[in-house]
Amino acid sequence: MIDKLITYMEYPFVRYALIVGVLIALCSSLLGVTLVLKRFSFIGDGLSHVAFGSLAIASVMKINNSMLVVLPITIVSAILLLCGGKKTKIKGDASIAMISVGSLAFGYLLMHVFSTSSNLSGDVCSTLFGSASILTLTLSEVWLCVCLSIAVVVIFVLCYNKIFAVTFDEDFARASGTKTSAYNLMLATIIAVIIVLAMNLVGSLLISALVIFPALSAMRIFRSFKAVTVFSAVLSVICAFSGIIISILVSAPVGSTIVAVDVGMFALCCLFGKLAGGPTR
Amino acid sequence: MSLLEIKELSSGYDGEIIINGLNFSVNRGDYLCIVGENGSGKSTLMKTLLNLNAPMKGSITYGDGLHKNEIGYLPQQTVVQRDFPASVREIVLSGCQARSGLRPFYNKEEKKLAEENMRRLGISDLAARCYRDLSGGQQQRVLLARALCATRTILLLDEPVSGLDPIVTAGMYDLIKELNDDGITIIMVSHDISAAVRYASHILHIGDTVFFGTKEEYLKSEMGKIFTSESAGDSSDR
Repeated sequence: MIDKLITYMEYPFVRYALIVGVLIALCSSLLGVTLVLKRFSFIGDGLSHVAFGSLAIASVMKINNSMLVVLPITIVSAILLLCGGKKTKIKGDASIAMISVGSLAFGYLLMHVFSTSSNLSGDVCSTLFGSASILTLTLSEVWLCVCLSIAVVVIFVLCYNKIFAVTFDEDFARASGTKTSAYNLMLATIIAVIIVLAMNLVGSLLISALVIFPALSAMRIFRSFKAVTVFSAVLSVICAFSGIIISILVSAPVGSTIVAVDVGMFALCCLFGKLAGGPTR
Repeated sequence: MSLLEIKELSSGYDGEIIINGLNFSVNRGDYLCIVGENGSGKSTLMKTLLNLNAPMKGSITYGDGLHKNEIGYLPQQTVVQRDFPASVREIVLSGCQARSGLRPFYNKEEKKLAEENMRRLGISDLAARCYRDLSGGQQQRVLLARALCATRTILLLDEPVSGLDPIVTAGMYDLIKELNDDGITIIMVSHDISAAVRYASHILHIGDTVFFGTKEEYLKSEMGKIFTSESAGDSSDR
């Protein structure tokens, strides 16, 4: 087993996959706590479908660098969802569901009508469930991911107290002069960037899992915001790392394996929380 | 000069005017109760005073050294807060947000202020506890301590006793009265008129007709007579 692992580690693509996987897991879990508490658990799902839809547009228009289309569209959707806030007529969960389903259908429709590939369902499946694309990363993609992740972590640490204040009580923060809309805008942008990055790793459908599971697991056990945030980041990194290793060893799909490990960890945390008399709600 | 001077204020939302041409002022040390039926615009007025809603017409002038963002606010609890994993200390400290400005972390002075306010409200021993494990009354004290971190002069309380049992309610009113005696100006939105006339120094009654004046004037006014006798009737029924 160990021998097999060491052999695999000698391949650069395995090392790249590990680095990128762990970094994306770290970033998504940091924001996950805020999103879950703000009742936006499904935003990962919604935005990743938007990303899928815009990817379809990019491929139909034969744009080589699809990021140029996908990233702006996803960021705009994230801003609309998160910053529309309480003023919008269609509330949080409904607007996410609407955007999610709409862009999924629209994307599939576009791909179907203007199909250029002979293996359409294979293409769709790989975008949705994450293909082997994490194992085919280039060095420049890895660097891009490293830089963006560092940026996300630094911004998160610097804004940690503001993010806490805005998440816990937006009205109070606004009344005492915090620019809540600026922080919401920032959060929305970061989330969109992470989701577009994460699509390479686990595919559209499983991004929600990366966002919510570590946060929910941490909330079973810990009772302060700091502890929940730190623990969910650590947990997410561990799950992503072991998920990738397991998937390589048993040649399972990477994304689903990571999520399976996350689910398992959640069950463990629930159990631990119950035994330790932690929060039951 | 008064802390707050409200002139010809009109406010509402979605283009609909709910409060029209309101005039009143709040002086240092006042205990103002804003009363009125449901839908009379109490919450709208509160949001306008806090700059969460822009006034449609009229003006709010801050005087006597009060700045726009120095109003401590005790909001009604939201669903999000009920299962929020945060320690009492973290929440109280977040009241220093406005003071810290763009500085990313809290300094010693702010941490000291948070400890002081926790002591003041008798929740020091709860500092490490999780907010969602506390009772309703304790949660209100935590939010009140946070509001005190944001201000030294004026507190705006939005229905501070809703959902509390009678004993805790009385304790909460006494606590607010104590803060007022210490020199903090209080503005409280409430639909509990009997408590309002017991504790407040001034009453603002909004609705179809508007009254603003001292408690004594209110009790003598036609409107005051009707409403206080109604609420006295209510309590004798129970």
